Amino acid sequence: MGESITFWVLAVVSVIAALGLVFSRRAVYSALMLGVVMLSLAVLYAVQDAPFLAAVQIIVYTGAVMMLFLFVLMLVGVDSSDSLVETIRGQRFWAIVAGLGFAALLGLGIGNTLIAAPKGLAVANQNGNVPSLAELIFTRHVFAFEVTSALLITAALGAMVLAHRERTEPKPTQRDLSRARFVEFGRHGKNPAPLPGPGTYARHNAIDMPALLPDGTVSPLSVNRVIARHEAEEGTLAPEVAQILQQEEEGK
Amino acid sequence: MNNPGPTLSDFGHDPLWISIIKAVAIFVFLMLGVLFGVWTERKLISRMQHRYGPNRAGKFGLLQSVADGLKMGLKEDLMPRTVDKVIYFLAPVVIAVPAFLAFSVIPFGPMVWMFGHKTPLQLTDLPVAVLLVLATASIGVYGIVLAGWGSRSPYAILGGLRSSAQVVSYEIAMGLSFVAVFLKAGTLSTSEIVAKQAGGGTWDIFGMHIPTPSWYVFSLIPSFLIYAVTMLGETNRVPFDLPEGEGELVGGFHTEYSSSLKFAMFMLAEYVNVFTVSAMAITLFLGGWRAPWPISLWDGANTGWWPMLWFFAKLALAFAFFVWVRASLPRVRYDQLMAFGWKVLIPLNLGWILLAATLQALRLPESNRNGILAFGAVVVIAGLGIWLRFDTVNQRRREARAAEVEEEFEQLREEPAAGGFPVPPLDLPHYHGVVPSARAPKEEVTSGSN
Repeated sequence: MGESITFWVLAVVSVIAALGLVFSRRAVYSALMLGVVMLSLAVLYAVQDAPFLAAVQIIVYTGAVMMLFLFVLMLVGVDSSDSLVETIRGQRFWAIVAGLGFAALLGLGIGNTLIAAPKGLAVANQNGNVPSLAELIFTRHVFAFEVTSALLITAALGAMVLAHRERTEPKPTQRDLSRARFVEFGRHGKNPAPLPGPGTYARHNAIDMPALLPDGTVSPLSVNRVIARHEAEEGTLAPEVAQILQQEEEGK
Repeated sequence: MNNPGPTLSDFGHDPLWISIIKAVAIFVFLMLGVLFGVWTERKLISRMQHRYGPNRAGKFGLLQSVADGLKMGLKEDLMPRTVDKVIYFLAPVVIAVPAFLAFSVIPFGPMVWMFGHKTPLQLTDLPVAVLLVLATASIGVYGIVLAGWGSRSPYAILGGLRSSAQVVSYEIAMGLSFVAVFLKAGTLSTSEIVAKQAGGGTWDIFGMHIPTPSWYVFSLIPSFLIYAVTMLGETNRVPFDLPEGEGELVGGFHTEYSSSLKFAMFMLAEYVNVFTVSAMAITLFLGGWRAPWPISLWDGANTGWWPMLWFFAKLALAFAFFVWVRASLPRVRYDQLMAFGWKVLIPLNLGWILLAATLQALRLPESNRNGILAFGAVVVIAGLGIWLRFDTVNQRRREARAAEVEEEFEQLREEPAAGGFPVPPLDLPHYHGVVPSARAPKEEVTSGSN
């Protein structure tokens, strides 16, 4: 009873999410829809007395793989669209061949389970769900899992090699950077300290307020040029700031 | 004295209304826990910083968080114009719901009588309960990512990416620190892990029977220490609260959420997550609801409703640890944080798991002990050999670097302006006419050495 209710609710949710995944125009929405499909699958596994598979589905697929997708999508940009030019020759042909092969494999696998008499969950989970799975993974299917892990490690290594950049000089440490700043100060008098924040020593703490030096004059380093330009247009620019900008103009 | 508590077969027999009572009780406990947790944190950290903390609303300021909560509920809910409305709205929900879910597998106590039913003080348990906690944590990360992306603001997206990268990385180290517990307990269910910590074995040395402590914090101390670090990283708490590095990112992923009800959800999720990781630390390492040593001598300590009190006491102490850390440690730099997680915690953890597995294998009655010991000796000798080789290389590098620094100091002592460094005039009045380099050389103090 509970199982069939869960199934029908999740069926509606996951089919709608899957359709949304295909038809959504934003890549991030598609990725989120895929996440919903994966979560529904996990709940279905849990209902089918496979709690370990459900937990792993969430941790590995929803938590790690999908998160990676999302990261890439977000870093690539909000509204970038894929280029539809096919660069691999014969891509369609081989894609169709691979698709047919996969369909045949899937059909064989499902047919196999339909023809053979099912053993039932009670037999499969005789020693408990987790130990039974562990036994299968580490005895009968150990080679398949090792091969898969070798494949994944190869892929990770390949990505690292492709992204690797040889350093030609040692990375400057904070100490080196600090020394360089002071040498610069000694030679050319360039201020080694960070730029003063707006509003330092001022009566206002806002981004459009220039910092005051201890003697009360305005520090030119702290004048925000962008805001000053807007204020000049509006006619609200403070006279001392205007004077500084004027002097700078003449200095050039 | 040794009431082992419920096992997996004790779950799943509750009538629906008892499950509902338990679920509501957990929800109320977490909500009240957050209210008073915020108060405790603010009060405790102010005492550590020699100030009073909130003391206006109610006695001892106890109602301060209630007032803050009301304020957040009544404030105008601003929706920035450019945000992605669906995702902006969804993110606080996605982060808050899984935070509560994780508490359904935390054992609060043994079997008790509740309205005429004998039932365990735990909502539910699974053969994979600990993995469920990891799974809910990984769904909670979506809330962070979505809040960052949906806000359409550079601060928020950078904060969201930082924060989720941090949580995902520290989750690996956290999951690995559970492995030794699984190996030792032989189960992934929380109630059974607590049951396994009921009684320690004895250590036979020269005919003397020394009882060994039963909590895993003693026998698996490396795992516990690594877990204690990762729980700070996993919950984005000081010293790992990079996502809200105010100087760099304003509020991180929740910059665009004004202090309205949505922001309250983020706050709620953060505190509930702190409670969850603390409760996991208690369950996996600190004996769960079992009474600590002097109390456990009393026969009734681990029966009835008493264990709930021990559990809450442990939870309060674990929370106080979070506050103590926040009061003591500065924030670390982001690259240092990631390097620490990936290059220190994970390799250490893997090595420790190998060691723990070997020790566990030695205890099996049918194991070939001599074979394991010989293999272990080979591994240890090879490891030592590699370490010695690299240590001499490192030693030589360190010495070369120290010599370089010493040489530079020598040069600067002779001629302070060497290399173009700015130096004040050397005959200033407070030098009393003595050129500093002519005085007795002083010990050079580098920055950061206090």
